[in-house]
Amino acid sequence: MYQFKVHKADKLSTALDLFNASDEPAYIAGGHTLIPTMKQRLSAPSDVIDLATIPGLDAITLVGDTLQIGAMATHAKVAASSLVQEHCAALANLAGGIGDRQVRYRGTIGGSLANNDPAADYPAAALGLGAQIVTDRRTIPSDTFFKAMFETALEPDEIIQAIHFPQVDQAVYLKFPNPASRYAMVGVMLTRTAGETRIAITGAAASVFRAATFETALTADFSVSAIEAVTLSAETLNTDMHASAEYRAHLCKVLIQRGVEALTA
Amino acid sequence: METIELKINGRKRTLHCLPNATLVEVLRDQLHLTGTHVGCDTTQCGACTIHVDGCAVKACTVLAVRSDGSDVMTIEGLAENEASHPMQEAFKACHGLQCGFCTPGMIMSAVDLVNKGCALEPSAIREALSGNICRCTGYQNIVAAVMQGASEMQEQSS
Ligand SMILES: Cc1cc2nc3c(=O)[nH]c(=O)nc-3n(C[C@H](O)[C@H](O)[C@H](O)COP(=O)(O)OP(=O)(O)OC[C@H]3O[C@@H](n4cnc5c(N)ncnc54)[C@H](O)[C@@H]3O)c2cc1C
Ligand code: FES
Ligand code: FES
Repeated sequence: MYQFKVHKADKLSTALDLFNASDEPAYIAGGHTLIPTMKQRLSAPSDVIDLATIPGLDAITLVGDTLQIGAMATHAKVAASSLVQEHCAALANLAGGIGDRQVRYRGTIGGSLANNDPAADYPAAALGLGAQIVTDRRTIPSDTFFKAMFETALEPDEIIQAIHFPQVDQAVYLKFPNPASRYAMVGVMLTRTAGETRIAITGAAASVFRAATFETALTADFSVSAIEAVTLSAETLNTDMHASAEYRAHLCKVLIQRGVEALTA
Repeated sequence: METIELKINGRKRTLHCLPNATLVEVLRDQLHLTGTHVGCDTTQCGACTIHVDGCAVKACTVLAVRSDGSDVMTIEGLAENEASHPMQEAFKACHGLQCGFCTPGMIMSAVDLVNKGCALEPSAIREALSGNICRCTGYQNIVAAVMQGASEMQEQSS
């Protein structure tokens, strides 16, 4: 890694001030995306601003029926939280399936969403569950948060503070992990609220997206037979050394079918 | 140079390091605790696994300055009073290693999974060790060693 300075922020406003006073700043949360990219010299910040030293940013609370998860909550903490298990078991399962044991002790929900890796799990959770991303200056609905590969609606200096998950009636997350990296080749978050179905797919395209044709069919009739004839076009999906776009399109449909089966069983 | 204080294997140490030093670099290059290995550049192999405040982490992906005030345990600190830890004994007894490069990290992960109450059955152990890569053994004897080490750890603590 190139040389850089590390600053410990004690509150959000200090972090913002430090960011805006630096040449090439970067916030650091769990560091499990940032450090590997710095080692590979894909990123070379002059100033690294530590968010871990800001107290209270990792709290998990229930306010009304909204589950509020602090940006610095680690994957391990979310997976083990009885509040999350009780109010959204699919979210706890998703967190418990990210990467490996050691990664889950350090990686955070805020870091994962800010990074918006095309194969990351949390973007599917945020979009599929209709979450709100709360930052130091505003609240961004998940439907407008994810812009493109590694791109979000966040301003360069904007800090995610918490993610608010509304109560849904049913939810399930199905992931087909890449056996080597353990990221999602395809991951599907399928949820139902008052009869309406929402489906967010990660791993398949440049950024997480909603499977609108499947949503419409399943909102009208929540059954496997309702989506028999529905297909997903491979045109905008990824092809890489692990899988072709056609294979990914097929995986998406299979995982959606399995999700419907799981929620109707 | 930054100054940090760490408790390493039960002993308080004051260290000086650059902001870009990783924890594994400090352990190996400054303290000569070379039991913790480095096997990759991509946070994937787990050879560098140590415990920081009681959790198994990859020391190659933690900045030393961010660990100021932490309690660190490496493979060297696992043995008590010169006697090997039951997990170390089990790896020896079950032949859970060949070249041994992955072994310190495997053992630190294995001790963590037992401490955290992971289900002690082969499939759960394989899942819990998925952050540790072994190029030699094929994992069969590693899983057997973790099963045996876990039951000995439980016996000792009961
Ligand atoms: C071996 C390995 C396997 C992995 N497998 C998976 C997997 O299966 N699925 C998966 O989803 N992920 C996986 N990951 C990624 C892991 O979950 C990361 O920890 C996560 O994506 C980033 O979180 P972080 O807290 O480490 O962020 P950092 O690395 O600290 O930061 C990432 C980026 O987000 C920014 N940032 C961080 N926090 C905030 C905030 N609060 N507000 C604004 N910007 C912020 C940083 O500036 C940086 O640009 C894996 C990582 C590794 C090393
Ligand atoms: S050296 Fe490979 S994960 Fe740390
Ligand atoms: S024993 Fe050689 S890498 Fe595991």
